[in-house]
Amino acid sequence: MQRFALKTAALAVSMSLSGVALAEKTVITIESWRADDQAIWDEKILPVFEAAYPEIDVEFKPTAATEYNAALNARIAGGTAGDIITCRPFDNSLAMYDAGSLADIKGMAGLENFSDVAKAAWSTDSGDAIFCVPMASVIHAFMYNKEAFAELGLEVPTTEDEFYSVLDSIAEEGSYIPLAMGTKDQWEAATMGYTNVGPSYWGGEEGRLAILSGDAKLTDDAYVEGFRQMQRWTSYLGNGYQAQGYTDSQNLFTLGRAAIYPTGSWEITGFQENADFELGAFAPPRKDANSKCYISDHTDIGIGMNAATENKEAVTTFLEWTTSAEFAGLLTNAAPGFFSLGNHDIDVENELAQEFVAMRGNCESTIRVAHQILSRGEPALGNQLWTLTANVINGSMSPEDAAVEAQANLDGWYKPE
Amino acid sequence: MHTDNPIPDYVKRRWYILVFLAPATLIYTVFAIYPIVESLRLSLYVSDEGQSQFVGLANYLRLLGEPYWAEQFWNAFKNNVVLFIMHMLIQNPIALALAALLSIPTLKGAAIYRTVFFLPTLLSVVVIGFIWQLILSPLWGVTPDAMEAIGLGLWFKPWLGLESSALVTVTLISIWQYVGIPLILFYAALLNIPEETIEAARIDGLNGWWIFWKVKLPMILPTLGLVSILTYIGNFTASFDLIYSIQGGLAGPNFSTDVMGTFLFRTFFGFQAQLGDQFMGATVASALFFIILVGVGCYLFGVQRKLQRYDS
Repeated sequence: MQRFALKTAALAVSMSLSGVALAEKTVITIESWRADDQAIWDEKILPVFEAAYPEIDVEFKPTAATEYNAALNARIAGGTAGDIITCRPFDNSLAMYDAGSLADIKGMAGLENFSDVAKAAWSTDSGDAIFCVPMASVIHAFMYNKEAFAELGLEVPTTEDEFYSVLDSIAEEGSYIPLAMGTKDQWEAATMGYTNVGPSYWGGEEGRLAILSGDAKLTDDAYVEGFRQMQRWTSYLGNGYQAQGYTDSQNLFTLGRAAIYPTGSWEITGFQENADFELGAFAPPRKDANSKCYISDHTDIGIGMNAATENKEAVTTFLEWTTSAEFAGLLTNAAPGFFSLGNHDIDVENELAQEFVAMRGNCESTIRVAHQILSRGEPALGNQLWTLTANVINGSMSPEDAAVEAQANLDGWYKPE
Repeated sequence: MHTDNPIPDYVKRRWYILVFLAPATLIYTVFAIYPIVESLRLSLYVSDEGQSQFVGLANYLRLLGEPYWAEQFWNAFKNNVVLFIMHMLIQNPIALALAALLSIPTLKGAAIYRTVFFLPTLLSVVVIGFIWQLILSPLWGVTPDAMEAIGLGLWFKPWLGLESSALVTVTLISIWQYVGIPLILFYAALLNIPEETIEAARIDGLNGWWIFWKVKLPMILPTLGLVSILTYIGNFTASFDLIYSIQGGLAGPNFSTDVMGTFLFRTFFGFQAQLGDQFMGATVASALFFIILVGVGCYLFGVQRKLQRYDS
């Protein structure tokens, strides 16, 4: 009897032990600035991964976009950062790699699914190391309120002249603010304004590479024109646009008070949820009927491994999964507006997202002008463009002066090869 | 007496002094002195391929010498000085006036006023920032409509977004929030004035106005000094949170509301494309420390020692 009791006890103990072993999952966390996408990751993307790899539990833990870099760097320095790091493109992540915070993943399986252009955003200048898996690009353009356009009898503009005549008609009619943009948070002015329409004037990639090679200067007419366009926008913005922040602009547009919103494809999900009118998109206007059209198809998001992670294996498993067609399909359709950078054939289901993708066929693609290499000075040119563009729109600086300041920044440190 | 005893007798007798000093000394050392020393030390280094390397005062020369740094530094410093002067000229006189009124013994509902004046101080800065941003918003705010209603509609401007007015606006919000603190200090000091003194003045024929200027004010001068120095320190340290929550880390428009705190934040942690630099950050922090040190030093040796205290 006693022996039986002992046996039962031993069995119970061993069973409970094995139970513990079964339940012990590897938990890995993702750092991201896409707080808006929490539900998409939690409900659509991660369950698929966890079903395929039940031993790994992935948690998506985003930080507010404006605080992401500061908070992430502090957490990395303190050793409390997540296992997986969502990577900003180019120098920001490169600096993290150089500091030893991001692991080199060059040999990882699945990276062959990405083009060199996509990988360039997360490689060292020499291409020796790759530190993030390219995840998605965002396309800059304009969204418009289809109902407002129908009501005012407006056609989608394709050239600069048409664009301004549409804006003029909206302003004259008076029931809509022509452009929903403000300068308070500064970054929209540069990101959705200057780098959105600018490529039409400096010729997209050609113009961007000319700055990199030193063949052109930001003070050249083609680049100043970007700032001049911003100055021209001033009269189409809402009252008090100087104190209008990013969320104010979003609300102005989704509440139907503004007709056109200079934007990027990342707004699709949020806008379709909040706006109760039909949305359309059009590419940045061409300079004139004879010129090409250019879009900023910006390699915006990558995903890499915290070099200090204790779960290298699980993280590698996850990163390899992000190179798969399955992940590309999930991301593209769960987060419409983030277009997978892989070579997989993905059907875009969302109609508005389709309009953005279609621009790739009609227009030449480029990326944001200041992102590659040019932002290594003090201040980072990317940041300086925020302030300069906002100053031009606020009228405290002329387009020419803004260009002179931006070029002075480059002259101070950049030696083209 | 044992001469071979290394611990002198008087120490033995007063051992409890050490015991009582220990907690505060320990806490201040760990949480204040050590971090300050450490950040002073950091400011003497630069990052060299992942290693920190000693460079002496090079970072300070950079901060004050290189146009990129010097411009930001002096701009932030200037804004802090403006902030300080405005608080001294607006916040503290208002607080003093309100405290003088509150301390009138015959005033009805003093407790209610006191609470109302002090209430904003208790609110979180983030809440204050959010509320005022909404109130002043040209899109959704009540201010444009309210001004319209009383015929001042044309005078409305997006104050927080204009270079010329953003700093003043933020300062006024800060004053609105913090007026309660000097108010309570003045109020407590005024209540401490003995009744007999005031009665004596009244018998001598002084009216309320002159009693305030000739009796009460001289007696609360030490508090006035204290409030001034608290305002000074607060403007260099506490102005950060409000400005960050209203104007963001770039302290726009065009850095017109940038103060030492936001400048330090951007330098130390980085901002968007700008990467953080802990060594330059520590340099800015140390510069801020010296600015406060000089100010407090001037006050201690120049003002406080000359203040006469009236024992009551």
